[in-house]
This record gives sequence, structure tokens and C-alpha cells, in this order.
Amino acid sequence: MTGFDRHRDHYAGLLIAVIGAGAIYEGSQYGIGTLTNMGSGFFPVMLGVGMILMGALMAAMRPAMAGSHGVHAPNWRGAAAIVLAVSSFILLANRAGLAPATFCCVFVGALGTKGTRLTEAAILAIGVTVFGVILFHYGLQVQFPILRGVLQ
Amino acid sequence: MIESGFVGLLHGFTVALEPHNLMWCFVGVLVGNMVGVLPGMGVLSSISILLPLTFSMQPVAALLMLSGIYYGAQYGGAICSILLNLPCHPPHAVTCLDGFPMTKQGRGGVALGITMLAAVIGAAFGIVQMIFMAPYIAKIAFSFGPQEICSLMLLGLLAGATLAKGSAVKGIAMTLLGILLSLIGTDVNTGNERFTFGQLELSDGLELVAVSLGLFGIAEFLKSVNAINPEDTTSVKLGFRDLRPSRADLRQALPPVLRGTLIGSLCSLIPGTGPTIASFIAYATEKKISKTPERFGHGAIEGVAAPEASTHSAVQGDFIPTMSLGIPGDAVMALLLGALMIHGIQPGPRLIVEQPDIFWGLIASFWIGNLILVFLNVPMIGLWVKLLSVPYRYLYPTALFFVCVGVFATRNEMFDVAATLVFGAFGFLLLQLGFEPAPILLGFVLGPRLEENFRRSVLLARGSLATFIDRPISAVFVGMCALLILGQIYAAWRGKKVPVTIPETAFD
Repeated sequence: MTGFDRHRDHYAGLLIAVIGAGAIYEGSQYGIGTLTNMGSGFFPVMLGVGMILMGALMAAMRPAMAGSHGVHAPNWRGAAAIVLAVSSFILLANRAGLAPATFCCVFVGALGTKGTRLTEAAILAIGVTVFGVILFHYGLQVQFPILRGVLQ
Repeated sequence: MIESGFVGLLHGFTVALEPHNLMWCFVGVLVGNMVGVLPGMGVLSSISILLPLTFSMQPVAALLMLSGIYYGAQYGGAICSILLNLPCHPPHAVTCLDGFPMTKQGRGGVALGITMLAAVIGAAFGIVQMIFMAPYIAKIAFSFGPQEICSLMLLGLLAGATLAKGSAVKGIAMTLLGILLSLIGTDVNTGNERFTFGQLELSDGLELVAVSLGLFGIAEFLKSVNAINPEDTTSVKLGFRDLRPSRADLRQALPPVLRGTLIGSLCSLIPGTGPTIASFIAYATEKKISKTPERFGHGAIEGVAAPEASTHSAVQGDFIPTMSLGIPGDAVMALLLGALMIHGIQPGPRLIVEQPDIFWGLIASFWIGNLILVFLNVPMIGLWVKLLSVPYRYLYPTALFFVCVGVFATRNEMFDVAATLVFGAFGFLLLQLGFEPAPILLGFVLGPRLEENFRRSVLLARGSLATFIDRPISAVFVGMCALLILGQIYAAWRGKKVPVTIPETAFD
């Protein structure tokens, strides 16, 4: 058991309690009101109290009792590729068009797997781009230019 | 009662057999079956990916297709479990135990054949149950005021959070988080903006598609990338003829199928205990009552028949609380309910009366869809087996693109794609911390209605919380909530989890 495993439920409880505290703080700004005249903040504050309670319970439980074991440690190469792939789509789709955004998204995403060759990733990306442009641009009329300035 | 059921069903068939609806039902079950077979693809992420594509469709067609994905995936999931020992779909994890040994003995085809039989019987029973029970439950629920709705929702959320897999406390925390996320945006009662932090894009609230594709799409990809190895299926050769079970096999499998069906239909009525738990209970029961329990785990045909039947009957029964009360039992149902709401249809007991096309059309499409699935699976089993070997490294980059474009297309807003990415990273953090994110979706879909009904009930009672236990029906629901919590505390104290201990390896 690594240190992270041993304290998993403590971190989990802390995360939930912090979100709950945030909900109480932010919710109380909206006006809690009274039971007869509830403000917008009443329900969020109620939820926040519940979350702090759950967080405390989680931290207090024996690890075995929580019955939790998280997933294996993240694969950094794969995770970076996935985050970059989605980011490239966000950055490119409106500025450059659907085709380059799709190509980048699939190409970068595919490189996340160990041992994927560049040509392999490129072929997959071209295939998905052709399919995606036909389906989404011509078929479902999603509002992107295919290639900005060239193919609207 | 019976007569109105038949009239309704007849009407449903006229709706479901319209070429347009029939086509989308076919697309749904086809995609579902594919998703079930492809390793590393989930039902939740597939439904969310296709959800934006349904916005331009009619609500009936949209619902038929999205539901088709759900029950279609159950057919595909069994193939994966029996032939490759891969529990890619939680409800079929238990089928691996005896299904894969049967494959090793060269009887994989028979196991699949029995699965198809179990599927048809289980599904048929589940659908009949829905035809008769859903309108009846809805009729009772007509008289519900905001107090009853509120406490019933509380019961549904609590059951969904505590009875599903994982820790009960963590489940409740996830539900609360989901409700909190649903409050983001403009408060309908006062017009105040809550938790928007000045972001204009948040004033309408978070998009359902962004939340679910983040938590169940991106987060799953982050978890599975480089963790799923391509499967070798060259040794598995199966044809149409291999599926035919012998007379002795049938005689042995039929009673377990019937018992499994019954267990599945009972489980489906309890919110939070969907097909997964049903299949485990069915397997455990079969093993317990068998005269030769030592055969289980070494290719006992009962160990395939009972859980498969219970899965399919529970999957169909799952729709009952969703369609009759507007209260989903699990995350898939929450997503379907969300889809209905996006199409402007208010879920609840009035749905059956006010939207007969949707309710009866859906039921009729279940019959048609299951029939299509049998015809898709039995003669073309070889094709599905080939699909098992599609490598994950091609699947997830393609899926990433569909996620991006789908979320964007929901309302032409790039902000939502960024939100999806944030939820993906957050969902992965939650997985690392041992949370099960599914209850977030339940809370997210029910949250606004819960708050609205809570505020209305307390307002009507002039600020008295006692109103929830003053009204008898509401008091029963509150009492059941209390029982549920006490049961959990007792179970935690005893060091066990109710109602069944599910081997955790089944979910890895």
C-alpha cells in the first residue's frame, strides 16, 4: 500500500468537505432566508452542510469499511494526449475549421498510446476527418467552416 | 386495466412501426450491440455522444434510439464476457464465471445460444411487467402533492446512492455534488444567478451532455488509455450452427432462465438496484439451490442462463419508475430522462396520459428492438466476434472527436467543450479517490425538481418541515429513507455491504 492508498479516503473526505464549505460560503451570499421565506441560498447551504458531514464521515471511516480502492495511477502519456487533443479541438474548430480541428484532435489523441506509429495515427486521423466532415458538416449541418477561408 | 393495456400497445405499434421511428430504433439497437461488443466503450458515454444528434429529431424517435442503445448493449456485452472472459459491461461480469469455461470446453456457441434465449424471455417478461405496472403506478402517483414528490425523490436518490456499487457514504456525497452542480445558473424562483461567477455561459446552467461526457467519456478514456490490450480472437470461430443448444441443454437451462427473469424484474422495481445487482443475485441464487454447486465456475449452463435472463428483465423493468414516476433508478435512466426534458417533455405520472406516443411507442419498440437484436446476433455472430478485436488505440481518439463535436453541437458553444474537459479531469480525480461518479448524474437531473418541490412544500406548510411526515404517503417514503440509512449503518457496523457482496474484481 502506498501512502496515497492509505490516505485515499482522507483526501476524498477533504475534497467533498471543501466543496461543501465553498457551497455554504457562496450560497450564504445569495440570501439564506427562513423556512417560511427561503432565499436562493437556502438549498445550496443545506447541500453544503450535508457534504461537510459526508466528508467528515469518509475521513473517519476505516479504509476497509469505505470499500474503496481507486483505479490504477494515471498514465501520463495517455492523459496528456487526451487533454491536448480536446484542447486542440477547442482552439482550432472556430479559428481554422472543422477539418484541421478533427485531424489534430484524433492525431494527437492517437499518439497517447505507446507504440502508435506516426503514419498509423495520421491515417486514422484522415479517415475520421473525412467521415466527420461528411457526417457533421453535410449531414447534420453543424456550424463550422470545413477549412476557414477556403471551404466554407 | 388489461383492455386499456392492449389498446395502448396497439397504438404503440402504429407509432413504432412508422418507417422513421423504426429506422431510428434499428440504429439504436445496432449501435448498442456494437458498443456492447467493443472493449472499453460504455453505455453511458455512447448515449451521451449520440444525445446531441437527437436534438433535431422528434422526441419519440430520439427516445426509441437512445433506449435501443441501452438494451442493445446488453446483447453485445454477453458476447464479450462469454468468448473473451472480458467483463466490459458490469451486468455481464458474472456471466464470465461460467460462460468462459464453456468457451474453453468448446461450448461457447451453446452458451451464446442460451444467452439469446434467456435474453428474449427476460426482456419479454420485463416488457409485460412494464405494460401493466407503469400505468398503475402512474395512476397512484396522480394524487401526489409536492411533499410526496419531494420525499419520493429523496428515496430514489438515497437508494441510487447507497445500493449501487461502492461505498454508501461516497455515493451520497456524489449525489449531493450532482444536486449542487444542477443549481448552477439562474434560480427560477428568484431570478438570482447562482454559482455562475460572472460567466455568461453558465447562466442557463451546465449542459447535461457536457457533464455526462466529461464524467463518463473523457474520464473513462483517461482511465483506460494504455490499459486495454487488443484481444486475439483468431482462435474463436463461431457460426450460426454453433449456437443451437441441444435438447438436454435446453431442459437444464429453462428453469434457471425463469428464476432469473423473476429476480431481475423484482430488482428493477427497487431504485438503485439495476441489472448489475440483479445478475449477481440471480447467479448466487442458482448456485445456492443447485444440487451440484461444485459445477459452478467450471462451465455450468445455469450460471449463464440465470444472470443473463435477470439482466435483460431488469433492463426493461428499469424503465418503469422512470416512465411512470419520472424518477430514474440509475445513471442511464437519468440520462434518458434528461433527453426527454431537453425535448421539452415534462417527466412524471402524467407522461403516460399526455404523451401516449412516447410511452406506448417505446414499449412497442422494445418488442421490435429485441426481435431485431436476435436477428442481428444469431445469424451474424461471426461478424460481432470480429468486432471484438478492434483495438482500443483506434477507438478512443475517434470517440474523443465525437465527444468534442457532439458537445459543441448541443448549443454551438465552445465553452461547453472546455467544461467537458474540466469535468473529465475532475471525474478522473474522483475515480482516483475511490468515488463512483454515476450518482452525480442522478442528482444533476433530479436536482432542480427536488429544490422546487422542497421549497413549494415548505412554503405551503408555512415553514414547517413536519409536513413531510404529516401526510401519510410522504411519511411512508420518509420512513423508507430512514430504514435505508439504518440498514446501511447496521451493515457498516457488521462490516458488510447490503444487499450482496459483489466481487470487486468484476468491475476492473
